[in-house]
Amino acid sequence: MILSKINMKQEEITDNSRRDFIKNAALATVAVTACGSLACSCTSKSVVVSEKVRLLSPDGEIIEIDSAYLNHQDNMAVLSQHEQRVGIAGKKFVMVVDLARCKNARKCITACQKHHYRPEETEWLTVKLMKDSDKAAPYWFPKQCFHCDNPPCVKVCPVDATFKRQDGLVLIDNDRCIGCKFCMAACPYSTRVFNWNEPEMPFDMKNLQYSAENGIPAKVGTVEKCDFCPDLAREGKLPPCVESCPNGVFYFGDENEDTVTNGDETVGFTQLLKERGAYRFLEELGTKPRVYYLPPKDRQFPVERGYDNLPDNLKERFKDIMEADQKKS
Amino acid sequence: MELNIYQQEAFNYQRKNIERFSRKNLLWVLFFLLWIVIGGYALYLQIAKGHVVTGMRDNVVWGLFIVNFIFFIGLSYAGAIISGLLHLFKVSWGKPIIRLAQMMTIISVIVGPIFILLCVGRFDRLHHLFIYPRLQSPLTWDVLAILTYFVGSVLFLYMALIKDFAVYRDAKMDVPKWKQQLYKTLAIGYRGGASQKRHLIISQNLLAIIMIPLSIIVSSILSWIFGMTLRPGWHSTIFGPYFVLGALYSGCGALIVAMWVYRKMYRLENYFTDKHFINLGYSMMVLAAGYGYFTFSEYFTGWFGSAKWDSEVINKLFSMAEYGWWSLFANVAGILLPIVIVAVPATRKTNWITLAAFVMVIALWVKRYLIIVPTLETPALPMQDTRMEYVKYSATWPEWALTFAGIASFLLFFTLMSKFVTVVPVSGLEDTSHHPQHHSSPDEVKIDKVQLS
Repeated sequence: MILSKINMKQEEITDNSRRDFIKNAALATVAVTACGSLACSCTSKSVVVSEKVRLLSPDGEIIEIDSAYLNHQDNMAVLSQHEQRVGIAGKKFVMVVDLARCKNARKCITACQKHHYRPEETEWLTVKLMKDSDKAAPYWFPKQCFHCDNPPCVKVCPVDATFKRQDGLVLIDNDRCIGCKFCMAACPYSTRVFNWNEPEMPFDMKNLQYSAENGIPAKVGTVEKCDFCPDLAREGKLPPCVESCPNGVFYFGDENEDTVTNGDETVGFTQLLKERGAYRFLEELGTKPRVYYLPPKDRQFPVERGYDNLPDNLKERFKDIMEADQKKS
Repeated sequence: MELNIYQQEAFNYQRKNIERFSRKNLLWVLFFLLWIVIGGYALYLQIAKGHVVTGMRDNVVWGLFIVNFIFFIGLSYAGAIISGLLHLFKVSWGKPIIRLAQMMTIISVIVGPIFILLCVGRFDRLHHLFIYPRLQSPLTWDVLAILTYFVGSVLFLYMALIKDFAVYRDAKMDVPKWKQQLYKTLAIGYRGGASQKRHLIISQNLLAIIMIPLSIIVSSILSWIFGMTLRPGWHSTIFGPYFVLGALYSGCGALIVAMWVYRKMYRLENYFTDKHFINLGYSMMVLAAGYGYFTFSEYFTGWFGSAKWDSEVINKLFSMAEYGWWSLFANVAGILLPIVIVAVPATRKTNWITLAAFVMVIALWVKRYLIIVPTLETPALPMQDTRMEYVKYSATWPEWALTFAGIASFLLFFTLMSKFVTVVPVSGLEDTSHHPQHHSSPDEVKIDKVQLS
């Protein structure tokens, strides 16, 4: 529609003066910009639509359920091995984690596990309680895979099972992984986990063609880790960790667009890094992570808020640091 | 095949070892097979249930299997260097030992990589290493290195065996038909002619010249599997030479023990004389000093600097609550003990030296464990895990069972090999300056003159 508008305008150039041409071109530009920004805002935030779908139940009745309850996995079978390795064109995914907002709600962890059908013990995303030095205050530290630009894991894989894509992601092909665990020894951030026994997958997932973009189905004797959910990115959605965080801790976005969003706010990427003094974890290792951290300054919550409501088995993890800290104050 | 008097003597003395399979031999073989069967059951469990039956978890991803791999491959590399050096420098007292060293080379390079196969999560996908290799990975370098080295060491042993096979073929030994046929085939028509001799000597020299730098290279490649990561205790510039020297040292000790066992088993006191033990003991002492120097260098540098990570690993290694006792054992029994025993004239005796060598070999196994596990237990990111098996590695019974099965197969191969070829090379004893009666010492066993056939 816009293109035909422009064509019409050009036809009239010979009759109208330059003034008219400039006026029409400006209108066209505004129209294009408006549509473009509308499209951009559509892809950067997921639109929750409550669609009802009609299905036939096992008892032979027609029922209507929310489409949110359905598994949208069929589109994964379409991606070839080659496409999985090349990545999404034009994107360069990046993440910013705001340590000032994290209160160890752990909604991100459960959302990630739910999306990838992993059990409670498998933490591709973990939250650690970090205390950098004796007098420093402890803070909650969520950590996924950093999808490094100079990944030590990719360097050492003998069969090219883990690879770096053009969209910045480091993924694992679990049809090729031989389970030597060299990548796990090489990763300095302890980000990778291993399937020591047969993983439990829902029965309808077990025989799917493996997709490196969502790690489904899990395979015994192979390595896995956070993948930044490119399967959702292709659908224009945010990773579940970003969406489910009640405090907007994770900003996810595209370095090429210089924009990151946490589902509510959309901010300029480099601007955010500059304003908040962002840093990368263990920068001196030279791995060039794609995840930036915003220092825990002017915190939204005191650190105890993340500890008090924890189940006992989780409290055990952080007990030493919390007690030492509480003793001091 | 023309044999000189010493070769004839050596052959006559040892021929019954190949011809007869005694009850004692059978019992030992059955004993080893028993361990292998137990290991087989452990392997079945590991395949059926997955690696969860081992003690390895997400932090300590490499455990007993990798320790065994490094240990055995180290023995192999040492065998190659020692046999190569003894051959090239025409060390007269070394001639009876070369075969033993070569046997150790081959047997260890078969047993060692088996442990890698056990450690890999998907050994149904091992062919991926050959159809999708990635040359940038130290593991691929290691695969190439070990394959090359295996071919080289088999050739080296075979070259040395050709003459012996010719002797066995011509002697019409009292062995079953298939064995006779095998000797005939393996001798590939060697008759001792001038041009055949020349070709054989050139091939052996060439292989010896190749094997020595090859062993050093492959030993360094093995160390770079650890050295090329960013972990404290591993990412050290000294790792290449450290592993080379460690391999050489433990191999020397294993050779002494093997010599002592065969000496006892086949009454080879005239060939593996006390002089041999003393000479190898001296080598062991020098290597101990070298290895001690490297170890001290590693630990001292790590301890003196303030880098947080390195300090954590060093503290873990020397704190008595953690690995302190093991470090003490590995360093005292592994380094100081052999030096003291060989240095002091009163203990510079066959049995003492062998005891020191045996303890040292075990201590060096512990040392490999101390290189691998404490570093993996010290990640940069705090573990904060309540599952004890994820925080601290403790090997489970399948891992131990497979370790002992590996040791049993190692010993089984040695036993079977000694039933196939003589332990002391017959044709190697060409030098007339070496014959047993000249190396007499007060406590050497005197054997009556052997009947010449």
